[in-house]
Amino acid sequence: MLSRVCETLYWVSRYIERAENVARLINVNNMLIMDLPKGVSTGWEPLIDIIGMRQAYQENHTDFSESKALRYLLIGYDNNSSILNSVINARENARTIRDVIPRDVWEEINSLYYYVKDNQNEGLSKRGRFAYLKKIIESTHMIFGTLDATLNHDQGYTFSRFGLMIERADMSSRILDIRSATLITNEEGKPFENIQWISLLRSMSAYQMYRQQMGVRVQRADVIEFIMHSEVFPRSILFCLNELKKMMQPIIHSEELIKLIDQVCDSLKNEDVRMLKNGDLHDYVDKIQLKLAGVHNQLAELYFLKAPELTETAE
Amino acid sequence: MGIDWKAYQTNGFFDELIDAKGNVRLHGNQLAQFFSSLSNEELVKARAVADLAIKEMGISFTVYDEGNMIDRAWPFDIIPRTIGKKEWQGIEVGLKQRVEALNLFIDDLYHDQKIIKDGVFPKGLLEKSVNFRKQCVGVNPPNKIWAHICGSDLVRDGNGTMYVLEDNLRVPSGVSYMLENRSVMKRVFPELFDQVSILPVDDYPSQLFDMLAAMSPRPQDKPEVVVLTPGVFNSAYFEHCYLAQEMGCELVEGRDLVVEKDDCVYMRTITGLQRVDVIYRRIDDLFLDPEAFLPDSQLGVPGLMRAWAKGNVALVNAPGAGVADDKVVYAYVPEMIKYYLGEDAKLANVPTYKCLDPKECDYVIKNIDKLVVKPANESGGYGLLIGPKSTKKEQQETIAQIKADPRNWVAQPTLDLSTVPTLDGVEPDGRHVDLRPFILSSGHDTQVTTGGLTRVAMNKGSLVVNSSQGGGSKDTWIVDEEA
Repeated sequence: MLSRVCETLYWVSRYIERAENVARLINVNNMLIMDLPKGVSTGWEPLIDIIGMRQAYQENHTDFSESKALRYLLIGYDNNSSILNSVINARENARTIRDVIPRDVWEEINSLYYYVKDNQNEGLSKRGRFAYLKKIIESTHMIFGTLDATLNHDQGYTFSRFGLMIERADMSSRILDIRSATLITNEEGKPFENIQWISLLRSMSAYQMYRQQMGVRVQRADVIEFIMHSEVFPRSILFCLNELKKMMQPIIHSEELIKLIDQVCDSLKNEDVRMLKNGDLHDYVDKIQLKLAGVHNQLAELYFLKAPELTETAE
Repeated sequence: MGIDWKAYQTNGFFDELIDAKGNVRLHGNQLAQFFSSLSNEELVKARAVADLAIKEMGISFTVYDEGNMIDRAWPFDIIPRTIGKKEWQGIEVGLKQRVEALNLFIDDLYHDQKIIKDGVFPKGLLEKSVNFRKQCVGVNPPNKIWAHICGSDLVRDGNGTMYVLEDNLRVPSGVSYMLENRSVMKRVFPELFDQVSILPVDDYPSQLFDMLAAMSPRPQDKPEVVVLTPGVFNSAYFEHCYLAQEMGCELVEGRDLVVEKDDCVYMRTITGLQRVDVIYRRIDDLFLDPEAFLPDSQLGVPGLMRAWAKGNVALVNAPGAGVADDKVVYAYVPEMIKYYLGEDAKLANVPTYKCLDPKECDYVIKNIDKLVVKPANESGGYGLLIGPKSTKKEQQETIAQIKADPRNWVAQPTLDLSTVPTLDGVEPDGRHVDLRPFILSSGHDTQVTTGGLTRVAMNKGSLVVNSSQGGGSKDTWIVDEEA
């Protein structure tokens, strides 16, 4: 498989997964705000942090009001992680490999683009938002499902899955980081602490699985443990890393990369994340994110097209 | 109520569906009946379904507008253009004959140039040709085929004669739209395909692949065939993808390929370099190889011409094939057919005045307001002057250009291009059309697409069918009248 094509497949998946995660985040935050009394709510500010865009946001915005933040998250042209831009990026990448991706997948990506763009007012209105986001999430599932069911499970597929899993691990770590840091823990917020952890789980569609696997009521330590260490929950960081490792095994020249992923896994498993206080948790999650970026760099180094010239020789 | 064909005006043109007496032609009977049976609401709905299908399938072409790249949906009309099977069979034979002669001509030009020595083709023309590539002299592509894929533009004039207007031998495009038009029609009017006996068009990608595979320098089970595109910014990018996808080939850009010291072409894959046997290139000659042509081209592959000349890779179409597709060379095709095949041309050329000839040039300048004047090597309708529709100022400008370089200009009488009923709201109105069939030659056999791409000048009265200038298209049906 062409290096350029593998790289593009990787990015298509990352962007689609990002669109899904942002849609999910907005939806759950929306629900949470409705549950919390006025004055207790943290509003929309944490979401801007989760996508790592605080600084850029503040350059053009004076506050984190619902309408401004939502516009930024949904369709902000100056926000590379807005749903619309993620979908545009996915579509532009997909367009350059239309020959490779199954036709149905291209059509679904194309339709998703038109849906996000043409119905943005739905997303901005309180009433239409839930349905709008739900449709986006469903559409991303359709894209990955169709890819899974119709693309040859060859190298290209591996790179597509790799992009999906690394984006997902990254997003999970961000959600955990920001959500736990901004959790309201003062006296006034105490009665609502539970709701907030539940909302964190829900934003990752993890609530039901958490109950099944952990079998305990929702509490901080267990939630962190579940999101970081679960080997069965498909959005946990460890699960994603294990997947990355598994899928790279049949790929040629992947020894160094697997070793690197192994290191990240080991350091994650050896950390007693339950005990991390808020500040330490943040530092630790930061470390994980840097390591994930390291995995990406190593992957790019090994397999992606390098800018001017490669020096390999013919086999 | 639906379309009333009796009310349809042919306005003195040859209409592909309705004859001069106002009757429906035999091959269009079932089609006309079907459209009469549709209510206005159904027509409007069908159009919407077609537009949506085109949008969802992402059928688009790219235009440049003041530096911006715009991806436009493909303009499409839902009333098909029909041609009777019998007539089509005649056209097919004529096209095959033509392409055979063109390939012999190109091969001759790059070898002994017998046709010049025998005085049939003027030497001066070749010397001034901008598409003659000295880098190709003496090269022997497999089976002596240079123009593997030819897209010939056919037009019908006022009395119904089909003419060849030009042959596109460099990187002819449009075939994907022909195929997509059919699949859109199947989505819009599935019931129609039960009623009418329409010959299928789906087979083109497999024929194309077989032809490409047959050019491989390494006889083996599965040659590595790739489609080489200039990239996503090219106006025909959609088609490059489409064909690669349909053939199951890699779509590559120049940077994906490399010519190694063994003068073979390889592509960069995640497992290392992999040999490439056949390149269906959609890049113009001059951008193919910066070592041989434009040194600053980023699109091509350094060393590609070397690899091709050594026979280590097949290039389709072969570099230099464009020498036979300029509009002056076109005028000599009937002579070529006679010279190489000893036959008369079965498909007519549009009568063409060559400005190279002082007498004909004089005629062109004197009658410029009645003629269509064309520069030899522009595509997409650029630089074209349509005499009767031009201003005095435009005519003077073109005359000045002709005088400066007569070799570069030809002129043809204005043809009353045939029309096809095309929806304007819910009413059919005649719009001018042409037809571009594609001819595949492998040296073993020659195949012609069933019908081709019908391009429509969507604006009333317009004669320009190019998609870059307001043209659209229609599905083209070859109808078996006897079935």
